[in-house]
Amino acid sequence: MTTQALSPDFAQKLTEIRAQFPVLERQVHGKPLIYLDNAATTQKPLSVIQALDEYYRRYNANVHRGVHTLSEEATGAYENARLRVARFINAPSPKQVIFTRNATESINLVAHTWGRANLGPGDEVLITEMEHHSNIVPWQILQEQLGFTLRHIPLTDQGTLDLSQLDGLVNERTKLVSFVHVSNVLGTVNPVARLVEAAQAVGAKVLIDAAQSVPHMPVDVQALGADFVVFSGHKMAGPTGIGVLYGRRELLEAMPPFLGGGDMIREVKLSGSRWNTLPYKFEAGTPSIAQGIGLGAAVDYLNQVGVDWIWEHERALVRYAYGRMSQVEGLRILGPGPEERGGLIAFTLEGVHPHDLAAILDMDGIAIRAGHHCAQPLHDRYGMVASARASFYLYNTLEEVDKLVAGLEKAVDVFAL
Amino acid sequence: MDQLYREAIIDHYKHPRRKGHLAEPDIHYHDTNPFCGDEVTIELKVEDGVVVDAAFDGRGCAISQASASMMMEEIIGMSVEELRQWGKEDILDMLGIEIGPVRLKCALLPLKALKAGLWGLEEWPE
Repeated sequence: MTTQALSPDFAQKLTEIRAQFPVLERQVHGKPLIYLDNAATTQKPLSVIQALDEYYRRYNANVHRGVHTLSEEATGAYENARLRVARFINAPSPKQVIFTRNATESINLVAHTWGRANLGPGDEVLITEMEHHSNIVPWQILQEQLGFTLRHIPLTDQGTLDLSQLDGLVNERTKLVSFVHVSNVLGTVNPVARLVEAAQAVGAKVLIDAAQSVPHMPVDVQALGADFVVFSGHKMAGPTGIGVLYGRRELLEAMPPFLGGGDMIREVKLSGSRWNTLPYKFEAGTPSIAQGIGLGAAVDYLNQVGVDWIWEHERALVRYAYGRMSQVEGLRILGPGPEERGGLIAFTLEGVHPHDLAAILDMDGIAIRAGHHCAQPLHDRYGMVASARASFYLYNTLEEVDKLVAGLEKAVDVFAL
Repeated sequence: MDQLYREAIIDHYKHPRRKGHLAEPDIHYHDTNPFCGDEVTIELKVEDGVVVDAAFDGRGCAISQASASMMMEEIIGMSVEELRQWGKEDILDMLGIEIGPVRLKCALLPLKALKAGLWGLEEWPE
């Protein structure tokens, strides 16, 4: 069948990968789990689960201030994880890797620190019509308070950015261009270089939402040329509760703090306090120590598999899925063709509401997502309220795609009017 | 999960009863579940406190539309006072299925619209 298309090495590697993810042994409604909701969150390999377990079993302690052995071990592990994350994205220094709760919090951090200090009436912030709510709502909240103008790059019918008006949209009033690297609905990979160039020409800063890119493809923050890059640990085989804000050194140094409290200060007097150095200025209170260590383990695992391999594997899956799904009667895929997209496919199926589709696939153990995927403006643009989405990661197989397609055809039989 | 009732839902979804509009409705109310795009319009004719005619229109998932269709049939001849007591359990009994929290709103949308139309009650029924 489809495994004939794969070389023995590839099939072997995929088998070895799948063996690292214990959740894949689960049955759902008596069927093997087919997990195709990776854009929502990803499954964790044994090494990540074990890293969390070992931290709590062997060396759990508070970090940065303790002198005893456990505290030194915990601090070492946490800061070493930060270093490995910095290397993973080629950040110049781990001091520029701020740990947050997730990409959403990272964007809020930039909005409420850099944003508050730099945006006012007459200024413009430019986002796009395909953004996740996390890169829309913080700017809307801030806009009401600070009085700047929020504009957006519109979308083409094909699901790409309509850059025909870019020159007007990026102008001398633009202070920030904030956009998603890979769309969590359309799968579109946006033209980073073009957008960064346009922003830099007018002296605007650039924030890239890399939540759907860092887990799936090699990302070099220096090569991207962005001022801020955000992503979430749980979308890259890491634990929930940990995310990253990478920022340019001079910007982070100039920004006022986000949350106030312990650890982010150098000295506290009742008359006033002095902020700590990077990255700690932006990490108030006891951090998510276990989760940071877990993210370090996730980065090690992804490096071991090879992020290049992951990207190629997802390309193969999405090419195959795109071809097969295009054959399903009444199925309309959102976004560009298979060669221009990341490893996810959002779609509608005529006569079958996304929720009903997800429910019937679930009966066969297949997990997809249905709804607006935190991108309501995008759905408005294409005249819909909800869509279904299958999203892949390193452990998915072509056979799973076949099962998905069989499930789609079954849903058409059951539900279509 | 009872297979028989599941088929009833598909049946009501594909062949909805009382779908359309009344000539001169006493109650007309439109409501949506913005998260998934279900929408439903409920129309009622009420005489002496009793529902004598009912119709719905709408689009959305099978649960929401089947719930509307089934409800339209059930309420004919019911007093509005009795209807006022209807809640989540009555809808689930009517649908004959167990439902998780995410789909519950789909099932309750038609009842919510009905209660809002009759008494201006805007909250989700419990």
